[in-house]
Amino acid sequence: MSEKPRDLEITEPVEITLNGELITAQNGELLIDACERNGSYIPRFCYHPRMSPVGMCRMCLVEVDTGRGAALQPSCMIPVSDGMSVDTESDGVAKAQDGILEFLLANHPLDCPVCDKGGECPLQDQAYAYGPGESRFVEEKRHNEKPIPISDLVFLDRERCILCDRCTRFADEVAGDPLIHFIHRGSHTEVNTFPGEPFASYFSGNTVQICPVGALTASPYRFKARPWDLEETESTCTRCSVGCRVTVESSRNEVLRLQGVDSDPVNWSWLCDKGRFGFEAGNSRNRISQPLLRSESGELSEVRWNTALDGAASAISAAVDGRGPQSVAVLGGARLTNESAYAWTKLAKGVIGTDNVDCQLGDGLPAELVLGLPGASIDEVCESGATVLYLGPDAKEELPVLYLRLRHAADSDGVKIVEVGPTLTGLSPYVAESITALPGETASVVAALLDGTSEHVQASALLRDASDLKVVIGRANLAEDETITVKAANLIRESVPGATFLPALRRGNVRGALEAGLSPGLLPGGAVLAGTVPPGWQSVPTEKGGSASEILEDAANGRVEVLILLGSDPLRDFPDRSLARRALAGAKTVISVDPFVNASAELADLVLAASMFSESAGTTTNLEGRVTTLNQKVTPPGTARDDWMIAVDLTDRLGADLGVETSAADLLHEMAEFSDAHVALRDGDPVGDGVMLDISGRDLVTPAEFEVPAANAYSLRLVLNRTMYDKGTLLAESPSSAGLAGESVVKLSAADAAPLGVDGSTQVKVTSEHGSVIVAATIDPKVPKGVAVMHHVLGDVDAGTLLVSGDPVCDVRVEVS
Amino acid sequence: MSDTAVDTDEADQDVPKVVSSRFDVADGHTLDGYTRSGSFEGYAALRRVLTMTPGAVSELVKDATLLGRGGAAFPAGVKWGFCPPGVWPRYVVVNGDESEPGTYKDRLLMERDPHQLIEGSLIAAYAIGAAQVFLYVRGEMPHAQERIAAALNEAYEANLIGKNILGTDFSVDVVLTWGAGAYIVGEETALIESLEGNRGMPRLKPPFFPAAKGLYMMPTIVNNVETLSNLPWLLNHGVAEYRSIGTEASPGTRLIALSGDVERPGVYEVPQGTTTFRELFESERYGGGIRGGHELKMFIPGGASAPWFFPEQVDLPLEGRVVGGEGSMLGSGAVVVMDDTTDAVRACLRLVRFFARESCGKCTPCREGTVWEEKILQRILDGQGRPSDLDLLLDVADNISPGPYPLAAYAEADLEAIPFPPRQTTICPLGPSSVAPITSAIRRFRHEFEDKINRKDSIPVTSAGMSNV
Repeated sequence: MSEKPRDLEITEPVEITLNGELITAQNGELLIDACERNGSYIPRFCYHPRMSPVGMCRMCLVEVDTGRGAALQPSCMIPVSDGMSVDTESDGVAKAQDGILEFLLANHPLDCPVCDKGGECPLQDQAYAYGPGESRFVEEKRHNEKPIPISDLVFLDRERCILCDRCTRFADEVAGDPLIHFIHRGSHTEVNTFPGEPFASYFSGNTVQICPVGALTASPYRFKARPWDLEETESTCTRCSVGCRVTVESSRNEVLRLQGVDSDPVNWSWLCDKGRFGFEAGNSRNRISQPLLRSESGELSEVRWNTALDGAASAISAAVDGRGPQSVAVLGGARLTNESAYAWTKLAKGVIGTDNVDCQLGDGLPAELVLGLPGASIDEVCESGATVLYLGPDAKEELPVLYLRLRHAADSDGVKIVEVGPTLTGLSPYVAESITALPGETASVVAALLDGTSEHVQASALLRDASDLKVVIGRANLAEDETITVKAANLIRESVPGATFLPALRRGNVRGALEAGLSPGLLPGGAVLAGTVPPGWQSVPTEKGGSASEILEDAANGRVEVLILLGSDPLRDFPDRSLARRALAGAKTVISVDPFVNASAELADLVLAASMFSESAGTTTNLEGRVTTLNQKVTPPGTARDDWMIAVDLTDRLGADLGVETSAADLLHEMAEFSDAHVALRDGDPVGDGVMLDISGRDLVTPAEFEVPAANAYSLRLVLNRTMYDKGTLLAESPSSAGLAGESVVKLSAADAAPLGVDGSTQVKVTSEHGSVIVAATIDPKVPKGVAVMHHVLGDVDAGTLLVSGDPVCDVRVEVS
Repeated sequence: MSDTAVDTDEADQDVPKVVSSRFDVADGHTLDGYTRSGSFEGYAALRRVLTMTPGAVSELVKDATLLGRGGAAFPAGVKWGFCPPGVWPRYVVVNGDESEPGTYKDRLLMERDPHQLIEGSLIAAYAIGAAQVFLYVRGEMPHAQERIAAALNEAYEANLIGKNILGTDFSVDVVLTWGAGAYIVGEETALIESLEGNRGMPRLKPPFFPAAKGLYMMPTIVNNVETLSNLPWLLNHGVAEYRSIGTEASPGTRLIALSGDVERPGVYEVPQGTTTFRELFESERYGGGIRGGHELKMFIPGGASAPWFFPEQVDLPLEGRVVGGEGSMLGSGAVVVMDDTTDAVRACLRLVRFFARESCGKCTPCREGTVWEEKILQRILDGQGRPSDLDLLLDVADNISPGPYPLAAYAEADLEAIPFPPRQTTICPLGPSSVAPITSAIRRFRHEFEDKINRKDSIPVTSAGMSNV
């Protein structure tokens, strides 16, 4: 099996005898791991190093003698102790292994030729290595209906199942979604769901990966390839900013599967289903393979790159010549590689000379805050005994594998989490205390907790007594202005000087883009724009640019003439929907650099076809500041190319040189020479688990001034947040996941719903100062009184029309329509 | 059980009744009956215990060598001492999930003398320092559940359970709970899983020895109903009197559930070690002889899990130590007698089928192996056996329980006894138990199997199949 024992530093050595030789092992570690680390692999099915052992399959039986005579013991459940003697190769062990395999195969259908697992099947491999050559079982085998769907993504073939308890343990122990379990007894035992309750877990794909036979298969891969036809490369998932390590597996230039890699500091081999199955978007027929130019008739039609790039360059030159460099703006870039992000920073700030650059879309936190805060790694936040103040979005929805790590930390490692937010989250069942902070009140609730005036005495004491407070900080509510979160962060820094922060921003490489300088007022590495010209650059902007909302405002009123959308879709993603619409209409030229014609690109004048995940090599930076490699596995469709190449070509046409000699790596090296944050990259490229940037924080000030209007008794405060499955382009282009997005809904507390007469699916009218929508209302126990929750980019109802960016909070009236 | 099955013989006054003294007292199950009748005064032992230190109670039980009556015969006092010091809370769990085929003694103890059990449980709780007792009764024993529930209510009312028992600072709650129909839950770790609300599947020992990591991972003493029912008499009559019954190594009495081909099947309280199987079968006081003048063919000395004994073993005493050395076990005290009309192959299948049906499904060898054994035996009985099936059966059995399996001596074949216990590739002994009838039957009655395989004695293949067995 692919799972390897975890790296271990031996702090308490004991000597044991393994097959006649003395070896040193860690006192108390599991025998199965100690033997493997010392060269004796013990076959197994149920044991998984990331889950608690159950000793069910009995395949790992070895002869253990602790002074009372040798006896067969499951090595996955026996802790190593001094003087223990182990024989993994005796006749007795061989007979037991042979016997177990015969039992497992007795009722196992030998349909290996049509089984997806055939060729990479632990049962197959171990049957060859340790099993009997043939079966003596002449009775009728057990029969079950061939695969039954247990969720929208996963199929279960109970005939193939060997009841190792891996999937069921994963669902219960790791994911916290115990929706599959054993039913019946003895030889009739089977894994199944509860009637009418599918295995609708965000993490269901992991069960397919850890299944030691072909019992669990996932729809995106079923019958697509044989393992020996797959080529694989290790990479990093960029669907969110957690940065899970994966292998990308392809056949005939098409990505067919992603598997989690056990990266100890990050994902422990787990992936969320959105990340695991999101590769499908890359194979979509809707990918663009040529640049598109809006023709005279108003249609976007394919053109050659020369035409497209010339058009882009002349639009940029004309704008710079006419209204100055700040009339060109770059929006987006948080999904690019570090190299591409740096290339575009250099193009925008060093070549064009504009500082109107923002990789976030009004849904993040100011770069000064993210880069200025003293950082904490995921491991530090999840370290045994830590105290964590959680001020982020629902991690289960937005940063799923971070949720798994936090859940494990709280559940198994005694990490105490105090969650402060406008609603309960997926993490709430595991935290020490969930404290409601209505929109606008986050900073004041945090202040009260830290100065001891909060009514939440225990949580307050927990936070105040923490010697080493960890803070997870992000945006729990897109309808609440970011300055409120900034204020909370500033407060924490003032009153808890040793606190460290893990930014919980969502987009794949948002941290890398910020570190590369794709943000107004900053240069790579968080250096403040103040005249210093980085090596290899011609100049730097003289004037500080605006944030995403300011850029869009400027575009709307004509001050920004060329709006470059760098893999961004403000029409769908920017919370203030009407501003986005006005901006796209107001800018003279809109250039979209994207793999798809997304909603905003539909309105663009020029669309440059970009490559995607698994099509370009480079590096990415996760939310904690860990730089890992991205490897190319397949080629982009048609002439679509990497974002940095587009920057190089565009620079060339603007009469400058981006300084790339051979490959994108030159860009990373150039950035590392200038950026203090990237010091670790000066010595070489990241491999494996990657290298950490310097996250000790920088002296950057983020002022936070705001005034929250008093809540009025007739209104509810709007919370706009995200769900894992939404109507974003990449999900919509992934056939197996596209249907999982829910419908638009407004969620109310039972207390607020009752007077309105809302029961289950009542249609209501939600009205703010700026607009109104008609939407179905439901009652959700996670929602506190006084709050209405809507989801961003979900369904046909556009919650964004209720907001105006810059308002501290958004109050809405809800009436039955 | 009919009342006639209970030993009521006036001539047997010399056999002390330690636990069964109220079996034929009509209201023995009530608090009033318990305090008024029987071989000791009800709840007097508890009053005495409350004046002692918990350590002294444990010592007394240890000195008495009160062997566990659930099957393993481990000394209860020693087991109590395994609770790691300073770890609280601790629990007492009463194992009333009696479901071994042939065993029905605990049911009588629960139905006819529930207060005796409750008092015993309270003494155990006092000795180990538990404030919570869980009384787990088999799901199929509604009468026992009702009687215990009624007794608990009476005892709570009388302040014998609850807060500040009898005015002392000793407080205990007793929770009655019942099973959902799984034999395996009689295994103590599976019982704990079931109590926690999980599937009844055993835990591996080590590390999950209940005394150290039991219910909710806290120190837990799991004792059999009969074991605890001994405590009131023991505390009333003292160690010396207790030890005067039975043998030095196995003092006291045992409740034996005698069933099968004897004239008077029933539950009998016999002194340990001083009674022989012959006495049990033949004495008018007990079995009254083999049914209808038939000859004894074989008998199971300790429940379905025990290897079979044969006429040669009939003079062995009913003592766990001795029976174990001779290749079987006294187990839970179920003695099943089979006379010369019994078909060894059918008897074997009947027992194996039980284990196949009751396998919890956790360990591969038991889950897949027991049902495979059942299928082979069924096939032999159906007239579809192959000559190679017997070796296959023995090898499948060997993969569940490796090495020489415990067996009774067979002088005729010049074979010596292989002592108990068997080895196992499984977590609990359920799978290996299915091997007992197979090795016992094939070793002694191989010719019966061969006759069926060679169709000399095959029964017709019918769709009813199992129902004939």
